[in-house]
Amino acid sequence: MKKTDVIIIGAGPVGLFAVHQLGIKGLKAVVIDNLDKAGGQCIELYPDKPIYDIPAVPECTGEQLTTRLLEQIKPFKTEFFLNERVDEVHQEKENWVVKTNNQKEFIASNIIIAGGVGSFEPRKISLKEAEKLEGKSVFYAVRNKEQFKNKKISIFGGGDSALDWALELSKFSKITLIHRRNEFRGAQHTLSEIKKLEKEGKVSIKTPCQIESLDNQSELKSITIKFDDGKTEKISTDVMLGFFGLVMKLGPIAEWGLNMNKKTIEVNPENFETNKKGIFAAGDICSYPGKLKLILSGFHEVALASVECFKRARPNEKYRFEFTTSSKTIQDRLGKK
Amino acid sequence: MPKITYKDIQGASKTIEVDNGLSVMEGAIQNEIPGIDADCGGSMACATCHVYIDEKWFHKLPKAESAEIDMIDMAFEPKKNSRLSCQIIVSDELDGLELTTPEKQT
Repeated sequence: MKKTDVIIIGAGPVGLFAVHQLGIKGLKAVVIDNLDKAGGQCIELYPDKPIYDIPAVPECTGEQLTTRLLEQIKPFKTEFFLNERVDEVHQEKENWVVKTNNQKEFIASNIIIAGGVGSFEPRKISLKEAEKLEGKSVFYAVRNKEQFKNKKISIFGGGDSALDWALELSKFSKITLIHRRNEFRGAQHTLSEIKKLEKEGKVSIKTPCQIESLDNQSELKSITIKFDDGKTEKISTDVMLGFFGLVMKLGPIAEWGLNMNKKTIEVNPENFETNKKGIFAAGDICSYPGKLKLILSGFHEVALASVECFKRARPNEKYRFEFTTSSKTIQDRLGKK
Repeated sequence: MPKITYKDIQGASKTIEVDNGLSVMEGAIQNEIPGIDADCGGSMACATCHVYIDEKWFHKLPKAESAEIDMIDMAFEPKKNSRLSCQIIVSDELDGLELTTPEKQT
Protein backbone atom coordinates (compact mmCIF):
# COMPACT_ATOMS: atom_id res chain seq x y z
CA MET A 1 0.00 0.00 0.00
CA LYS A 2 1.36 3.38 -1.04
CA LYS A 3 1.18 6.20 1.50
CA THR A 4 0.85 9.84 0.48
CA ASP A 5 -0.76 13.10 1.64
CA VAL A 6 -3.43 13.41 -1.02
CA ILE A 7 -4.87 10.98 -3.56
CA ILE A 8 -6.08 12.85 -6.62
CA ILE A 9 -8.64 11.00 -8.72
CA GLY A 10 -8.60 12.35 -12.27
CA ALA A 11 -5.69 13.70 -14.31
CA GLY A 12 -7.63 16.42 -16.10
CA PRO A 13 -6.65 20.10 -15.85
CA VAL A 14 -8.16 20.45 -12.39
CA GLY A 15 -6.45 17.32 -11.02
CA LEU A 16 -3.13 18.53 -12.45
CA PHE A 17 -3.47 21.98 -10.92
CA ALA A 18 -4.35 20.34 -7.60
CA VAL A 19 -0.85 18.80 -7.67
CA HIS A 20 0.54 22.32 -7.98
CA GLN A 21 -1.52 23.84 -5.19
CA LEU A 22 -0.67 20.95 -2.86
CA GLY A 23 2.96 20.89 -3.96
CA ILE A 24 3.65 24.53 -3.12
CA LYS A 25 2.27 23.80 0.36
CA GLY A 26 4.71 20.92 0.70
CA LEU A 27 2.14 18.14 0.30
CA LYS A 28 2.79 15.00 -1.72
CA ALA A 29 0.13 13.63 -4.04
CA VAL A 30 -0.49 10.74 -6.40
CA VAL A 31 -2.74 11.03 -9.45
CA ILE A 32 -4.92 8.16 -10.66
CA ASP A 33 -6.74 8.16 -14.00
CA ASN A 34 -8.61 5.62 -16.09
CA LEU A 35 -7.20 6.98 -19.36
CA ASP A 36 -3.71 6.10 -20.60
CA LYS A 37 -2.56 9.73 -20.46
CA ALA A 38 -3.04 12.93 -18.49
CA GLY A 39 -5.38 15.66 -19.70
CA GLY A 40 -8.89 14.32 -19.18
CA GLN A 41 -11.56 15.84 -21.41
CA CYS A 42 -9.02 18.38 -22.76
CA ILE A 43 -6.96 15.63 -24.32
CA GLU A 44 -9.68 13.12 -25.09
CA LEU A 45 -12.53 15.30 -26.34
CA TYR A 46 -10.95 18.46 -27.70
CA PRO A 47 -7.13 18.23 -28.00
CA ASP A 48 -7.16 20.51 -31.08
CA LYS A 49 -9.97 22.86 -30.12
CA PRO A 50 -8.92 26.28 -28.91
CA ILE A 51 -9.91 27.39 -25.42
CA TYR A 52 -10.30 31.16 -25.00
CA ASP A 53 -11.16 31.60 -21.33
CA ILE A 54 -8.06 30.63 -19.38
CA PRO A 55 -6.98 33.83 -17.60
CA ALA A 56 -3.89 35.42 -19.18
CA VAL A 57 -3.84 32.76 -21.92
CA PRO A 58 -5.75 34.33 -24.83
CA GLU A 59 -5.86 31.07 -26.76
CA CYS A 60 -4.62 27.53 -26.31
CA THR A 61 -5.78 24.06 -27.29
CA GLY A 62 -6.75 21.30 -24.89
CA GLU A 63 -3.45 19.59 -25.64
CA GLN A 64 -1.40 22.76 -25.05
CA LEU A 65 -3.17 23.41 -21.77
CA THR A 66 -2.35 19.88 -20.62
CA THR A 67 1.30 20.17 -21.67
CA ARG A 68 1.67 23.48 -19.84
CA LEU A 69 0.08 22.16 -16.66
CA LEU A 70 2.38 19.12 -16.74
CA GLU A 71 5.32 21.49 -17.16
CA GLN A 72 4.10 23.58 -14.23
CA ILE A 73 3.94 20.59 -11.87
CA LYS A 74 7.22 19.01 -12.97
CA PRO A 75 9.15 20.20 -9.86
CA PHE A 76 6.92 18.07 -7.63
CA LYS A 77 7.88 14.77 -9.35
CA THR A 78 4.39 13.42 -8.84
CA GLU A 79 3.67 9.77 -9.50
CA PHE A 80 0.88 9.08 -12.01
CA PHE A 81 -1.08 5.86 -12.04
CA LEU A 82 -2.72 5.71 -15.47
CA ASN A 83 -5.04 3.04 -16.88
CA GLU A 84 -6.29 2.62 -13.33
CA ARG A 85 -9.85 3.14 -12.26
CA VAL A 86 -10.56 3.74 -8.58
CA ASP A 87 -13.14 1.18 -7.54
CA GLU A 88 -13.25 1.32 -3.75
CA VAL A 89 -12.83 3.95 -1.09
CA HIS A 90 -12.98 3.15 2.60
CA GLN A 91 -11.99 4.75 5.87
CA GLU A 92 -9.19 3.51 8.12
CA LYS A 93 -9.12 5.63 11.28
CA GLU A 94 -8.19 9.18 10.16
CA ASN A 95 -7.18 8.00 6.70
CA TRP A 96 -8.78 6.99 3.45
CA VAL A 97 -7.82 3.86 1.56
CA VAL A 98 -8.33 3.74 -2.19
CA LYS A 99 -8.26 0.57 -4.27
CA THR A 100 -8.10 0.44 -8.07
CA ASN A 101 -9.46 -2.09 -10.55
CA ASN A 102 -5.89 -3.47 -10.82
CA GLN A 103 -5.75 -4.03 -7.05
CA LYS A 104 -3.34 -1.13 -6.39
CA GLU A 105 -3.85 0.40 -2.94
CA PHE A 106 -3.19 3.88 -1.63
CA ILE A 107 -3.61 5.47 1.78
CA ALA A 108 -3.82 9.19 2.57
CA SER A 109 -5.61 11.60 4.87
CA ASN A 110 -7.20 13.31 1.89
CA ILE A 111 -8.79 12.48 -1.45
CA ILE A 112 -9.53 15.07 -4.12
CA ILE A 113 -12.03 13.82 -6.68
CA ALA A 114 -11.44 15.78 -9.89
CA GLY A 115 -13.19 13.22 -12.01
CA GLY A 116 -14.99 15.40 -14.59
CA VAL A 117 -18.11 13.52 -15.59
CA GLY A 118 -16.67 10.17 -14.59
CA SER A 119 -14.29 7.81 -16.28
CA PHE A 120 -14.00 7.45 -20.01
CA GLU A 121 -15.02 4.10 -21.43
CA PRO A 122 -15.39 3.01 -25.03
CA ARG A 123 -18.89 3.29 -26.42
CA LYS A 124 -20.10 -0.19 -27.24
CA ILE A 125 -22.29 -1.78 -29.86
CA SER A 126 -25.82 -2.02 -28.53
CA LEU A 127 -26.51 -5.57 -29.76
CA LYS A 128 -26.93 -8.23 -27.07
CA GLU A 129 -24.82 -10.74 -29.03
CA ALA A 130 -21.92 -8.28 -29.12
CA GLU A 131 -21.77 -8.31 -25.34
CA LYS A 132 -21.30 -12.10 -25.27
CA LEU A 133 -18.53 -11.96 -27.83
CA GLU A 134 -16.68 -9.05 -26.25
CA GLY A 135 -13.03 -9.84 -25.65
CA LYS A 136 -13.30 -12.93 -27.89
CA SER A 137 -14.22 -11.57 -31.30
CA VAL A 138 -15.63 -8.12 -30.56
CA PHE A 139 -13.13 -5.47 -29.40
CA TYR A 140 -13.13 -1.73 -28.73
CA ALA A 141 -9.37 -1.26 -28.54
CA VAL A 142 -6.30 -2.98 -29.92
CA ARG A 143 -3.95 -3.97 -27.14
CA ASN A 144 -1.95 -6.60 -28.96
CA LYS A 145 -2.12 -6.48 -32.73
CA GLU A 146 -0.57 -9.96 -33.08
CA GLN A 147 -3.94 -11.46 -32.21
CA PHE A 148 -5.44 -9.79 -35.28
CA LYS A 149 -3.07 -11.39 -37.81
CA ASN A 150 -4.50 -13.24 -40.82
CA LYS A 151 -8.10 -12.55 -39.88
CA LYS A 152 -11.13 -11.14 -41.60
CA ILE A 153 -11.67 -7.92 -39.67
CA SER A 154 -14.65 -5.57 -39.80
CA ILE A 155 -13.83 -2.14 -38.43
CA PHE A 156 -16.62 0.25 -37.47
CA GLY A 157 -16.21 4.00 -37.13
CA GLY A 158 -15.28 7.08 -39.12
CA GLY A 159 -12.61 8.78 -37.04
CA ASP A 160 -8.86 8.57 -36.62
CA SER A 161 -8.84 5.38 -34.54
CA ALA A 162 -10.90 3.45 -37.10
CA LEU A 163 -8.79 4.75 -40.01
CA ASP A 164 -5.42 4.25 -38.34
CA TRP A 165 -6.19 0.69 -37.34
CA ALA A 166 -7.64 -0.09 -40.77
CA LEU A 167 -4.29 0.98 -42.27
CA GLU A 168 -2.17 -0.84 -39.73
CA LEU A 169 -4.07 -4.11 -39.68
CA SER A 170 -4.42 -4.19 -43.49
CA LYS A 171 -0.73 -5.13 -43.58
CA PHE A 172 -1.58 -8.66 -42.55
CA SER A 173 -5.37 -9.01 -42.53
CA LYS A 174 -8.38 -8.47 -44.73
CA ILE A 175 -10.18 -5.30 -43.66
CA THR A 176 -13.72 -4.07 -44.17
CA LEU A 177 -14.20 -0.49 -42.99
CA ILE A 178 -17.80 0.37 -42.16
CA HIS A 179 -19.18 3.81 -41.34
CA ARG A 180 -22.63 5.34 -40.94
CA ARG A 181 -22.01 8.13 -43.43
CA ASN A 182 -19.86 8.64 -46.52
CA GLU A 183 -17.49 11.15 -44.98
CA PHE A 184 -14.61 10.03 -42.79
CA ARG A 185 -12.85 12.45 -40.52
CA GLY A 186 -9.16 11.90 -40.25
CA ALA A 187 -5.80 13.26 -41.33
CA GLN A 188 -5.64 13.88 -45.09
CA HIS A 189 -2.73 11.51 -45.72
CA THR A 190 -4.51 8.72 -43.80
CA LEU A 191 -7.59 9.21 -45.96
CA SER A 192 -5.57 9.03 -49.18
CA GLU A 193 -3.74 5.93 -47.93
CA ILE A 194 -7.08 4.25 -47.28
CA LYS A 195 -8.36 5.19 -50.76
CA LYS A 196 -5.19 3.70 -52.24
CA LEU A 197 -5.63 0.46 -50.33
CA GLU A 198 -9.26 0.32 -51.44
CA LYS A 199 -8.14 0.50 -55.09
CA GLU A 200 -5.62 -2.27 -54.45
CA GLY A 201 -8.39 -4.38 -52.93
CA LYS A 202 -6.80 -4.58 -49.49
CA VAL A 203 -9.46 -2.59 -47.72
CA SER A 204 -13.13 -2.67 -48.58
CA ILE A 205 -15.19 0.37 -47.57
CA LYS A 206 -18.91 0.16 -46.83
CA THR A 207 -20.91 3.36 -46.33
CA PRO A 208 -23.42 4.64 -45.33
CA CYS A 209 -24.45 1.74 -43.20
CA GLN A 210 -24.69 0.42 -39.69
CA ILE A 211 -24.53 -2.94 -37.98
CA GLU A 212 -27.74 -4.95 -38.22
CA SER A 213 -26.79 -8.25 -36.59
CA LEU A 214 -23.97 -10.61 -35.69
CA ASP A 215 -24.35 -14.08 -37.09
CA ASN A 216 -23.37 -17.17 -35.13
CA GLN A 217 -23.76 -16.76 -31.43
CA SER A 218 -20.83 -18.64 -29.91
CA GLU A 219 -18.16 -17.77 -32.44
CA LEU A 220 -18.28 -14.89 -34.88
CA LYS A 221 -18.57 -16.03 -38.51
CA SER A 222 -20.15 -13.08 -40.24
CA ILE A 223 -21.98 -9.85 -39.64
CA THR A 224 -24.89 -8.25 -41.43
CA ILE A 225 -24.85 -4.55 -42.15
CA LYS A 226 -27.73 -2.41 -43.30
CA PHE A 227 -27.33 0.44 -45.75
CA ASP A 228 -29.30 3.67 -45.51
CA ASP A 229 -31.43 2.60 -48.50
CA GLY A 230 -32.55 -0.48 -46.58
CA LYS A 231 -30.38 -3.05 -48.40
CA THR A 232 -28.47 -5.47 -46.23
CA GLU A 233 -25.18 -7.25 -46.82
CA LYS A 234 -23.53 -10.17 -45.10
CA ILE A 235 -19.79 -9.79 -44.48
CA SER A 236 -17.64 -12.74 -43.52
CA THR A 237 -15.91 -11.65 -40.28
CA ASP A 238 -13.70 -13.24 -37.61
CA VAL A 239 -13.06 -10.09 -35.61
CA MET A 240 -15.10 -6.96 -35.18
CA LEU A 241 -13.52 -3.73 -33.96
CA GLY A 242 -15.70 -0.81 -32.90
CA PHE A 243 -14.35 2.75 -32.62
CA PHE A 244 -17.35 4.85 -31.65
CA GLY A 245 -15.50 7.16 -29.32
CA LEU A 246 -15.71 7.28 -25.57
CA VAL A 247 -18.52 7.82 -23.16
CA MET A 248 -18.20 9.15 -19.66
CA LYS A 249 -19.50 6.90 -16.92
CA LEU A 250 -19.72 8.04 -13.33
CA GLY A 251 -19.03 4.44 -12.32
CA PRO A 252 -18.18 3.43 -8.76
CA ILE A 253 -18.04 7.05 -7.42
CA ALA A 254 -21.79 6.84 -6.89
CA GLU A 255 -21.28 4.10 -4.30
CA TRP A 256 -18.89 5.86 -1.92
CA GLY A 257 -21.57 7.32 0.32
CA LEU A 258 -21.13 10.88 -0.91
CA ASN A 259 -24.08 13.24 -1.17
CA MET A 260 -24.89 13.35 -4.86
CA ASN A 261 -26.99 15.70 -6.96
CA LYS A 262 -27.74 13.88 -10.23
CA LYS A 263 -24.26 13.00 -11.50
CA THR A 264 -22.40 15.56 -9.38
CA ILE A 265 -21.05 15.57 -5.83
CA GLU A 266 -22.32 18.17 -3.37
CA VAL A 267 -19.56 20.20 -1.72
CA ASN A 268 -19.14 23.00 0.78
CA PRO A 269 -18.01 25.97 -1.36
CA GLU A 270 -15.70 27.22 1.41
CA ASN A 271 -13.28 24.31 1.09
CA PHE A 272 -14.86 21.95 -1.46
CA GLU A 273 -15.19 19.19 1.07
CA THR A 274 -17.94 16.62 0.54
CA ASN A 275 -20.11 15.22 3.32
CA LYS A 276 -17.14 12.94 4.17
CA LYS A 277 -14.34 14.68 6.07
CA GLY A 278 -11.16 14.58 4.01
CA ILE A 279 -12.86 13.79 0.70
CA PHE A 280 -13.00 16.79 -1.60
CA ALA A 281 -14.51 17.24 -5.06
CA ALA A 282 -13.51 19.87 -7.62
CA GLY A 283 -14.05 20.67 -11.27
CA ASP A 284 -17.03 19.51 -13.34
CA ILE A 285 -17.92 16.78 -10.86
CA CYS A 286 -18.73 19.06 -7.93
CA SER A 287 -21.87 21.07 -7.36
CA TYR A 288 -22.71 24.03 -5.15
CA PRO A 289 -24.95 27.05 -5.61
CA GLY A 290 -23.85 29.01 -8.67
CA LYS A 291 -21.39 26.35 -9.90
CA LEU A 292 -20.01 26.98 -13.38
CA LYS A 293 -18.40 24.11 -15.28
CA LEU A 294 -15.34 26.10 -16.30
CA ILE A 295 -11.70 25.07 -16.07
CA LEU A 296 -10.93 28.30 -14.22
CA SER A 297 -13.56 27.49 -11.58
CA GLY A 298 -11.87 24.12 -11.05
CA PHE A 299 -8.53 25.86 -10.50
CA HIS A 300 -10.09 28.04 -7.79
CA GLU A 301 -11.78 25.03 -6.20
CA VAL A 302 -8.55 23.00 -5.81
CA ALA A 303 -6.69 26.03 -4.46
CA LEU A 304 -9.16 26.24 -1.58
CA ALA A 305 -9.39 22.47 -1.12
CA SER A 306 -5.60 22.26 -0.83
CA VAL A 307 -5.65 24.47 2.28
CA GLU A 308 -8.04 22.11 4.04
CA CYS A 309 -5.93 19.14 2.86
CA PHE A 310 -2.89 20.75 4.50
CA LYS A 311 -4.69 21.11 7.82
CA ARG A 312 -5.65 17.42 7.76
CA ALA A 313 -2.30 16.12 6.51
CA ARG A 314 -0.23 18.25 8.91
CA PRO A 315 -2.41 18.59 12.00
CA ASN A 316 0.55 19.75 14.13
CA GLU A 317 1.65 22.50 11.78
CA LYS A 318 0.16 25.92 11.33
CA TYR A 319 -0.96 26.80 7.82
CA ARG A 320 0.59 30.02 6.58
CA PHE A 321 -0.73 31.71 3.48
CA GLU A 322 2.14 32.67 1.16
CA PHE A 323 2.65 34.19 -2.28
CA THR A 324 4.79 32.44 -4.91
CA THR A 325 6.37 35.82 -5.74
CA SER A 326 7.82 36.33 -2.27
CA SER A 327 7.99 32.98 -0.45
CA LYS A 328 11.46 31.49 -0.28
CA THR A 329 9.93 28.16 0.83
CA ILE A 330 7.66 27.95 -2.21
CA GLN A 331 10.47 28.96 -4.55
CA ASP A 332 12.61 26.17 -3.09
CA ARG A 333 9.82 23.67 -3.65
CA LEU A 334 9.59 24.87 -7.25
CA GLY A 335 13.34 24.43 -7.62
CA LYS A 336 13.90 28.16 -8.22
CA LYS A 337 17.08 29.76 -7.01
CA MET B 1 -43.00 31.33 -25.47
CA PRO B 2 -42.31 28.60 -28.04
CA LYS B 3 -43.62 25.16 -27.16
CA ILE B 4 -41.35 22.15 -27.64
CA THR B 5 -42.58 18.56 -27.50
CA TYR B 6 -40.15 15.97 -26.16
CA LYS B 7 -41.20 12.38 -26.85
CA ASP B 8 -39.56 9.19 -25.69
CA ILE B 9 -39.15 6.01 -27.68
CA GLN B 10 -42.17 4.42 -25.97
CA GLY B 11 -44.36 7.29 -27.17
CA ALA B 12 -44.82 9.22 -23.93
CA SER B 13 -44.58 12.95 -24.58
CA LYS B 14 -44.28 16.19 -22.69
CA THR B 15 -44.81 19.65 -24.15
CA ILE B 16 -43.12 22.52 -22.41
CA GLU B 17 -42.59 26.21 -23.01
CA VAL B 18 -38.95 27.10 -23.48
CA ASP B 19 -37.59 30.66 -23.43
CA ASN B 20 -36.24 32.05 -26.68
CA GLY B 21 -32.47 31.88 -26.74
CA LEU B 22 -32.14 28.73 -24.65
CA SER B 23 -31.06 25.54 -26.35
CA VAL B 24 -33.44 22.63 -26.75
CA MET B 25 -31.06 20.75 -24.41
CA GLU B 26 -31.29 23.45 -21.71
CA GLY B 27 -35.09 23.41 -22.01
CA ALA B 28 -35.01 19.69 -21.31
CA ILE B 29 -32.58 19.90 -18.38
CA GLN B 30 -34.45 22.76 -16.68
CA ASN B 31 -37.72 20.85 -16.97
CA GLU B 32 -36.25 17.49 -15.98
CA ILE B 33 -37.08 15.78 -19.24
CA PRO B 34 -35.59 12.29 -18.98
CA GLY B 35 -33.40 10.90 -21.75
CA ILE B 36 -31.13 13.91 -22.29
CA ASP B 37 -27.92 13.67 -20.24
CA ALA B 38 -25.83 16.58 -21.61
CA ASP B 39 -22.71 15.41 -19.79
CA CYS B 40 -20.45 18.10 -21.24
CA GLY B 41 -22.87 20.91 -20.51
CA GLY B 42 -23.41 22.03 -24.11
CA SER B 43 -19.87 22.36 -25.44
CA MET B 44 -20.50 19.89 -28.30
CA ALA B 45 -18.00 17.49 -26.79
CA CYS B 46 -20.01 14.44 -25.74
CA ALA B 47 -23.12 13.58 -27.82
CA THR B 48 -25.25 12.72 -24.79
CA CYS B 49 -27.94 15.28 -25.65
CA HIS B 50 -28.58 13.50 -28.93
CA VAL B 51 -32.20 13.57 -30.20
CA TYR B 52 -34.18 12.59 -33.30
CA ILE B 53 -35.98 15.55 -34.86
CA ASP B 54 -39.43 14.85 -36.33
CA GLU B 55 -39.28 14.67 -40.13
CA LYS B 56 -41.50 17.70 -40.68
CA TRP B 57 -39.13 19.84 -38.60
CA PHE B 58 -35.73 18.43 -39.52
CA HIS B 59 -35.28 20.47 -42.70
CA LYS B 60 -36.60 23.68 -41.13
CA LEU B 61 -33.75 23.78 -38.62
CA PRO B 62 -30.53 25.61 -39.41
CA LYS B 63 -28.10 23.01 -40.75
CA ALA B 64 -25.68 21.29 -38.37
CA GLU B 65 -22.05 22.41 -38.53
CA SER B 66 -19.50 19.77 -39.44
CA ALA B 67 -18.27 19.57 -35.84
CA GLU B 68 -21.77 18.63 -34.73
CA ILE B 69 -22.06 15.99 -37.46
CA ASP B 70 -18.70 14.53 -36.43
CA MET B 71 -19.86 14.37 -32.84
CA ILE B 72 -23.12 12.67 -33.84
CA ASP B 73 -20.96 9.76 -35.07
CA MET B 74 -20.26 9.19 -31.39
CA ALA B 75 -23.92 9.16 -30.37
CA PHE B 76 -25.95 6.12 -29.42
CA GLU B 77 -27.76 4.82 -32.55
CA PRO B 78 -27.56 7.89 -34.74
CA LYS B 79 -30.05 8.24 -37.59
CA LYS B 80 -30.53 10.61 -40.52
CA ASN B 81 -32.63 12.96 -38.40
CA SER B 82 -30.17 13.01 -35.50
CA ARG B 83 -29.12 16.31 -33.95
CA LEU B 84 -27.45 17.43 -30.77
CA SER B 85 -30.10 19.30 -28.81
CA CYS B 86 -27.49 21.67 -27.32
CA GLN B 87 -26.95 23.12 -30.80
CA ILE B 88 -30.60 23.97 -31.51
CA ILE B 89 -31.47 27.39 -30.17
CA VAL B 90 -35.12 28.02 -29.41
CA SER B 91 -36.85 30.86 -31.30
CA ASP B 92 -40.41 31.73 -32.33
CA GLU B 93 -39.79 29.91 -35.63
CA LEU B 94 -39.36 26.68 -33.68
CA ASP B 95 -42.72 26.96 -31.90
CA GLY B 96 -44.25 23.47 -32.07
CA LEU B 97 -40.95 21.61 -32.61
CA GLU B 98 -41.25 17.90 -31.91
CA LEU B 99 -38.43 15.51 -31.23
CA THR B 100 -37.79 12.07 -29.79
CA THR B 101 -35.13 11.14 -27.27
CA PRO B 102 -33.17 7.94 -28.02
CA GLU B 103 -33.57 4.74 -26.03
CA LYS B 104 -30.46 5.73 -24.09
CA GLN B 105 -27.53 8.12 -24.43
CA THR B 106 -24.55 5.92 -23.65
